[in-house]
Parts: sequence; structure tokens; C-alpha cells
Amino acid sequence: MISFSLGKQLDSASGPLQLQVEASIAGGSFATLFGPSGAGKTTVLRMLAGLARPDSGRIVVNGETWFDAARGIHLPPQHRAIGFVFQDYALFPNLSVRENIAYAVERHEGGWVDELIALMDLGKLQERLPATLSGGQKQRVALARALARKPKLLLLDEPLSALDLNLRQQLQDELAALHRRFGLTTLMVSHELGEVFKMSDAVLRLEAGRIAASGTPREVFLQGRLSGRLNLHAQVLDIRREDVVHIVTLLIGQEVIDVVASEDEVAALRSGDNVSVSARAISPYLSPAGSR
Amino acid sequence: MSHDWQPLLLTFRLAAITTVILFLIGIPLAYWIAYTRTRFKPVIETLVSMPLVLPPSVLGFYLLLAFSPQNAFGQWLEQWFNIRLVFSFAGLVVGSVIFSLPFMVHPIQSGFQNLPASLIEASRTLGKSDMFTLFRILLPNIKPALLSGAVLSFAHTVGEFGVILMIGGNIPGVTKVASIAIYDEVESLNYAAANFYAFVLFAVTFAILLTVYVMNKKLLKAG
Repeated sequence: MISFSLGKQLDSASGPLQLQVEASIAGGSFATLFGPSGAGKTTVLRMLAGLARPDSGRIVVNGETWFDAARGIHLPPQHRAIGFVFQDYALFPNLSVRENIAYAVERHEGGWVDELIALMDLGKLQERLPATLSGGQKQRVALARALARKPKLLLLDEPLSALDLNLRQQLQDELAALHRRFGLTTLMVSHELGEVFKMSDAVLRLEAGRIAASGTPREVFLQGRLSGRLNLHAQVLDIRREDVVHIVTLLIGQEVIDVVASEDEVAALRSGDNVSVSARAISPYLSPAGSR
Repeated sequence: MSHDWQPLLLTFRLAAITTVILFLIGIPLAYWIAYTRTRFKPVIETLVSMPLVLPPSVLGFYLLLAFSPQNAFGQWLEQWFNIRLVFSFAGLVVGSVIFSLPFMVHPIQSGFQNLPASLIEASRTLGKSDMFTLFRILLPNIKPALLSGAVLSFAHTVGEFGVILMIGGNIPGVTKVASIAIYDEVESLNYAAANFYAFVLFAVTFAILLTVYVMNKKLLKAG
């Protein structure tokens, strides 16, 4: 069980921001911090790791106080049982894959390093330097290294954002498997809704420095409604006239579609605009991808 | 014609000792400047960089005043440590260390600053002290900067003239380094001897710098 209440004054790109978050995460759960960039997600993660110092509040992990502004307690990161995966992986360029993973491990525990290397399927790469690895491989090394100290709490800062879709899905599955296998409590920062929905037991939705909503992904994103309308966010790519109608090309997720629009609808649109597309969909057809 | 090698040997001894001392001072100082958040950082940076722009004679003049046994600091050194820094080899070492300080500190400082901050943070989250991180991660990753710092300090000390003339004078075997010897020989119209010292200095510094650039290329490739 991790509970924290944290306050910190931030100087973000869009001016000063007062970060004020309070939450608790059940032991063993996979939680995500979700929200737009600049909402303070990474800062929350860094404060939990001890890399940034909150102005006020406290952090209690399994009954152990890691931070308490009132009592002047601030455990350095070295004394917090955490694993941290950085967005840029932060692998040590002068150390081989094996040395990176073994960095935090006592010398006599070579067997544990072997186990991690086997688990992450890094056997063939263990003598290579990080600069020679692909993004997905670096990510695996970073994960293995973060697990090397056998942390209770795994903190992930947008760990998959730099990877392409296929690789991301594969690593999502591996991450979920690791989380279960080591009985970790995991907190992941992400702004990928699909990823958050798929992976988390609990979501903390952060907006402008505050927690706007929290709960299971279903509670946070669906608010329990079964919708008869399909509401999609889309971006206008192109508008053209064909005979008496207008055809608007839209980007929805990673799909590009054409829809028909009336003169009135088109009047206010320009390409690049964000629009909301809605349709009545009492029982929409769902079919496996690729069968179209 | 037999050559007097003493000034050359003295030059390289001075440069070697200066470089070793600067290496020991330069790393902690560069580390501190690179990572400190104190308000006084610009002041320290300015002081370190002063020898770059100050005429050597100015630096030499103030060092001469400071080291002189007639003044408080020189007197104190002489009474407590029995060291006299004017017109002595020890004085040359102190002067050279101050004079070449920016040549050691600047490359190492930018080496540290060019490393991603996440390396230190990753090491902290892996339970390691900053001292451990410095030796195991930071320094091995800025080898080209360390090499540049050491070589530039060495070469700059070899090329020193004004400071040495001010605080060392021209005592054979003690403070008469090669650059002073060249000046001395030219003054007495002894061009052959001047050319000998000049040519050796030219050849040696060329060889040193060439080695650095070749090695840096290799280090960068390996890193």
C-alpha cells in the first residue's frame, strides 16, 4: 500500500503550476498516471523516487515513511526500494548490457543477473554496448536493470512511448507478465489511452496539477455508461467538393476515412481542425481486424 | 656543438607536475561547477576563466607581490612551511597551476554538462552514491574531455612565458625553462641555441596535440 499527498510549485512551459495530488495505490496493483503533457505526471513519479523534493506533504510506502515535509524526512533515492525506468532509458554508455544489469547487484549474486538476462531474452546481447542496441532492446535492458535491486515499487516514465506500435504491444505484455511474476506494485506514466486501459488496475487522471478522476479504467474513462451513440475525436485532413456534397477526410486514431458533410457543416471547418464525430450506434458491427 | 638540455627538461618536469596537480584539482572543481546550484557559480566560473584573458604579466605581478617574503602571505608561508615561492621551482608550479586552470576545468566541465542528467539519477535509483557514480559512470564517459584537459594544460604550461619570467626569473636549473632560455639566447644573439630550443618545443607540442586528436577520434568511435 502506497499513499502520498504531494504539493509542489512547478515552472512549466505554460507558466507556473501548483501541483497538488493525493492518492493511494493498493499493494500489487498496476496503476497509471494518465494525462496530457505538462500536467505534472513525471514530477509525481520523480517525487516518489526521491529525485525531486516536494514542497509539502508525505509519502508512506508499506508503513515506511519516505517523505514527510512536517517532520523533515526525505529518504534519498538510494534508500527507497524502487526500480525506475527513464523515458530515455538512461543506460550507462560505458557498460555492456550485462554490466548495466549487474550494476546494482552484489558481486556474489551473479546467478540473479543470469536469471534476469534469460528472462528478458538478452542472452545474445549481453556483451554489447547500449549504443549498438535498438529501441526495444534498450527498453528490455532498462527494465531488467530496474528490477535488479528487487524493488517493491516499479516506476515507469512513459516507458514505451518511443517504440512503434507492434513492439509496444509486445512489451506491454512482457511488462504485465513481469509485474505479476515479481509481485510488484507498479506506477506507470502514460498518455496513451489504449495502453492505460489495457494495462492498469487503477488510473489516476492528472489534469493541470490535480487528480481529476481516479478509479478503475472503466470508471475513469467510461463513467459506467453504455452508449447508444458513438463519439469519436478526429482531425480534419482535407475537405473537397464533389457534385452537390462535400467530402471531408478525417483522421481517427490511426485510420483515415472519408465522410459526407453538408454545406453548413463544412463552412466552419478547416483542415487541421479537431472535430467530434458522432453517429447513432445502437448495435455497431464488430469484427476481427484484418477481415475487412 | 653540445646542447644544454637542462631548460627543456625543466620545462617538461614543470608541465608534468602542473598537469598532475591540475588533474587532481580540476576534476572536483569541474564536477562542482557543473552540478552546483549556488548563486555564486558565475563568480567562481569567472575566477577560473580569468587566466584566459588576463595578460600573463598581470598574473605574474600579483603572484610576485603575494609570494614576496616582504608581504603577509609570503611571510606566513616562509614562517610556517619554510617555503619561498619567489624565484623557486615550487613558485613556478603554483603559478602554472593557476595560469592553466581553465584549460583543465573547461573541457571537463563541459564533458560533465553534456552527459544526460538521467545517468546520475539512474545510478541513484540503483542505490549508488554520487562518488561511486563519478568514478564508475561519469569519468569513463568523458574520457575525451579528460584527455583534452590534461593535454591542453600540459601544452599551455610548456608555452608559458610571462608568468614565469615575473615570478621565476632566469635561474639556470631552477627557473630557467625553455621559453625563457630562447628569449635569453636571442638577447645574446645566439640564434643557433635559440633555434634548438624552439625547434624541440615546436616538435614536441605538435606531436602531443596530434596524438590527442588521433586518440580522441578513437575514443569517440569506441564510446
